[in-house]
Amino acid sequence: MRNLLIIFKRELLSYFATPLAYIFIVIFLVVNGFLTFDFGGFYARGQADLSPFFAFHPFLYLFMVPAIAMTMWADERKTGTIELLLTLPINLRDAILGKYLAAWALIGIALCLTFPIWITANYLGDPDNGVIFAAYVGSWFMAGAYLAIGACLSACTKNPVIAFILTVTICVIFVLLGYPFLLGMLTGWVPQIIIDAISSMGFLTHFDSISKGVFDVRDFLFFGVFIAAWLFASAVVIELKKAS
Amino acid sequence: MIEINNLTKNFDQFTAIDDLTFTVKEGEVLGFLGPNGAGKSTTMKLITGFLSASHGSISIDGFDISKNPIEAKSLMGYLPEGAPSYGDMTTLEFLNFVAQIRGYTGEEILLRVQRVLDEVELNSVSQQTIETLSKGFKRRVGLAQAIMHDPKVLILDEPTDGLDPNQKHHVRELIKNLARDKIVIISTHILEEVTAVCSRAIIIAQGRIVADGTPAELESRSKYHQAVSVRLSKNYDLAADLTGIAEVGDVEKDSEDDMVFRILASGSNSIFSQVSEIAQAKHWPVTEFHVSRGQLEDVFRTVTQQTQGQGAQQ
Repeated sequence: MRNLLIIFKRELLSYFATPLAYIFIVIFLVVNGFLTFDFGGFYARGQADLSPFFAFHPFLYLFMVPAIAMTMWADERKTGTIELLLTLPINLRDAILGKYLAAWALIGIALCLTFPIWITANYLGDPDNGVIFAAYVGSWFMAGAYLAIGACLSACTKNPVIAFILTVTICVIFVLLGYPFLLGMLTGWVPQIIIDAISSMGFLTHFDSISKGVFDVRDFLFFGVFIAAWLFASAVVIELKKAS
Repeated sequence: MIEINNLTKNFDQFTAIDDLTFTVKEGEVLGFLGPNGAGKSTTMKLITGFLSASHGSISIDGFDISKNPIEAKSLMGYLPEGAPSYGDMTTLEFLNFVAQIRGYTGEEILLRVQRVLDEVELNSVSQQTIETLSKGFKRRVGLAQAIMHDPKVLILDEPTDGLDPNQKHHVRELIKNLARDKIVIISTHILEEVTAVCSRAIIIAQGRIVADGTPAELESRSKYHQAVSVRLSKNYDLAADLTGIAEVGDVEKDSEDDMVFRILASGSNSIFSQVSEIAQAKHWPVTEFHVSRGQLEDVFRTVTQQTQGQGAQQ
């Protein structure tokens, strides 16, 4: 636990030691604001909620999160610091979790800094702050799922750009799995149970209900298990690939 | 004590390390030699627990690296090849991080970090980010993290690679000062380094040990061991004067200098006095006259090329 925290701190500080964290946060806020107010019609809807804000998150994360995740292990392998890190007296688990949680915390910080949107909604109307809070946590969990995919694929290669492209591709698949349009194409010729299974793997399925204020522990559980599975896969990949 | 038993490492079909067995005791500075690709770095990665062995075992002071990795790793300091470190951190931040991971807290971190900063002379660059440092400084940062916890076992993969002669000398002095009650394993292909700092040398080729002994023992396996080197001022047929003396073998002309000859010993005994008597009696036109030590380079070439030849035959 102690080592996990030390690694977490080092990783988080290293994001802020380079312009990466600042650029990430600024772009995240600007794009979020633009999507919410222009595309989402935040004012025009005349409703005091943050649905237009959260609705774009699955698509925003598609590019923002892989950008954070791509260097996580690829850089360690490229510069050889992985050899330094893994010959220190630490568990691989601490290294994986420390690095993962640092990146997740960065996304969390960026997400928290969108609070002016929440203030705006509260200033203009009387939104259900419980729903908003759940949606924030849900959004953060979903970002965590993207990040876990990115962490694993970053461990597969020494090249961050390859890691980025692979991560975006896999994330797109998981977003589309829950997309009504895709599910509609399957209806009628694929057994319903398979459609349900596919749809239940999709990010949108779970995030939609969370962001609408349907607080179901199973949705959070889905993201939790999803993250754990991909992080476990990272451990396997790191073990297999560290020799090369 | 490091005990390595039947260590084997396969990468797919390729056998990088083939059944290595050796032990290293406290106080030994072991030079690990071999041509490129012989398995030096792989062996070090196995000992430090970065890679896991296909067969065999490694134990560090009784701790098996695969069964008790944390305990074993705590006893070791390791400088990986190329001295990797986190480029976006300053020297001080990086060393603080390592000190924390090594289990130090509070005041102790400051003391430890300051001690290694002094020891490898990094004070002048402690506030600089590592990526802006020169190669020599980066290597010293790597050394600093390796000796942070005053480890019982120090494993250095090419510690002087890329350093200038002064820095090389400094690093060697550092290693010599450390070594008294410790185990140091250094991989290198600079042979003078072995004579300078190591108390023992192992030469490996194609993943197998081909020579193991003190540098002096290895040197004595050279055909130039006990040879007498002579520089003449004019042409003279040395061989004619030396025929019939059992201890004296061939006379070789130096490949670079026509006037330098090497009189080889046929056994391992000194032939210096005999040759010098003859030189005086026959009035050789000598300007230089000395005993050459065995050449490690010569032994290195002989033993590593033999295995390569065997490998080719198989």
